[in-house]
Amino acid sequence: MRAFDYIPAKTVDEAVALLAEKGDQAKPLSGGTDLIVMVREGRRQLDLMVDVKDIPETNVLSYSQETGLHLGAAVPCYQIYADDEISAAYPGLADAAKIIGGTAIQGRASVGGNLCNASPAADTIPPLIVLEAVCVIAGPNGTRDVPAEQFCTGPGQTVLENGEFLVSFKIPAPKNNSSSYYLRFIPRNEMDIAVVGAGASVVLDTEKTSFVSARIGLAAVAPTPLFAEEASASLAGREVSDEAVNAAAEAARHIARPISDMRGTIEQRVHLVEVLTRRALNGAIHRVKES
Amino acid sequence: MPKKVHVQTTINGETVEFLCEPRQSLLEVLRDELGMTGAKEGCNNGNCGACSVILDGRLVNSCIVLGVETEGKTVETVEGLAEPGKLHPIQEIFLEDAALQCGICTPGFIVATKALLDKNPNPTEYEVRYWLAGNLCRCTGYDKIVRAVLDSAQIMSSEVGA
Ligand SMILES: Cc1cc2nc3c(=O)[nH]c(=O)nc-3n(C[C@H](O)[C@H](O)[C@H](O)COP(=O)(O)OP(=O)(O)OC[C@H]3O[C@@H](n4cnc5c(N)ncnc54)[C@H](O)[C@@H]3O)c2cc1C
Ligand code: FES
Ligand code: FES
Repeated sequence: MRAFDYIPAKTVDEAVALLAEKGDQAKPLSGGTDLIVMVREGRRQLDLMVDVKDIPETNVLSYSQETGLHLGAAVPCYQIYADDEISAAYPGLADAAKIIGGTAIQGRASVGGNLCNASPAADTIPPLIVLEAVCVIAGPNGTRDVPAEQFCTGPGQTVLENGEFLVSFKIPAPKNNSSSYYLRFIPRNEMDIAVVGAGASVVLDTEKTSFVSARIGLAAVAPTPLFAEEASASLAGREVSDEAVNAAAEAARHIARPISDMRGTIEQRVHLVEVLTRRALNGAIHRVKES
Repeated sequence: MPKKVHVQTTINGETVEFLCEPRQSLLEVLRDELGMTGAKEGCNNGNCGACSVILDGRLVNSCIVLGVETEGKTVETVEGLAEPGKLHPIQEIFLEDAALQCGICTPGFIVATKALLDKNPNPTEYEVRYWLAGNLCRCTGYDKIVRAVLDSAQIMSSEVGA
């Protein structure tokens, strides 16, 4: 492992200036559960880690029924599922925050770090996609917003340009009769990386018998997490039924382009997309009906 | 070559100053710079929990925290649990319940148990198993550990009540 410098940035501007100056020799540090492991194992060489988790803007966690959720990029997972109001409004996000690593990982791991690490299997990305999260990015030219489904461009690759980093997420307030759900398949009960992950959000009509709209997000079935656009659109206006859910799950299966690796084969993953999409949709529907 | 950084932190209630390189983990600082060898190195990548410490009230794996990140923070390690001549109740009960064999995982389990019981004094077996999912043991098969945690909860809450 090469030696590197460490600077805890106090402001957004300071972090941008440091990152811009060092280019690809610098990386933002949040909870470090990916970055510190990678650097200390020699899989990534760096001159500088810019700690961004003491910047006020990366630590916001504010929710209101009118404006939705403002989630700082560095907020650790446990703060999300420990907040009852946020867990009730965005249960799909809480589902993911609860299963990242174990207790000690959740004390440090952030949603921002999970997204910026851009693993195809990252558990919070399908929920961010289905909840229509917008990523607020700061850089040398000011700030810009990017929808979560456009943030990752390849394994470990993102839209972030030189000097840019992720400050926070803006997640719209949940609509009436809506809910969300995330689940993954792993061979163990805990502490493993998704073989496939599926998230869903649904908005039902006032009778809770038809879909107003739905969104489906998938992990570990392509080089980046995916928004299953056609499968999602197929549900709008349809009656809530097994046929509609099964047809959407079948449509989601067609966009999967997985690889075979030690965690699972292509065939298994394609099959899992259908099963998990169905369960995620039914889970979200169930939550709307229960509420 | 980056210079060593001066860090001031509170460890087990005492102010501690040390010099470390940014690349050194908190685990390396504790063991190699400060001679506190209670936290163990198992995997060195966040998977086994042998290096568990409590940082500002949260359980963390010290092998994936940088020493420099602890500036101005508070750290609790297994060394802070026992009083002179007297083991902490969790330590007593791990011994009584024979919740260890080789012992390499034990300090991590004890610190994780302390963090759990500080937050949730009466956990269910399910909560104990999920809380400890990031602590691995290759010897015991976990059952005796889970029992020791449940026994610790019971004995500690009855002591508080007494
Ligand atoms: C034992 C273990 C188990 C794990 N289990 C899971 C799991 O079940 N599911 C899962 O999805 N992941 C898992 N992970 C991976 C990791 O914990 C998550 O990806 C975590 O959310 C990363 O967040 P972090 O705050 O620790 O990020 P860091 O490690 O700090 O950063 C991750 C990456 O994002 C960049 N980055 C961080 N913050 C920003 C920012 N604000 N702007 C721009 N770039 C930034 C860093 O430079 C780095 O490249 C596990 C890791 C370990 C060690
Ligand atoms: S040594 Fe830190 S988690 Fe294994
Ligand atoms: S007692 Fe040997 S690893 Fe747990």
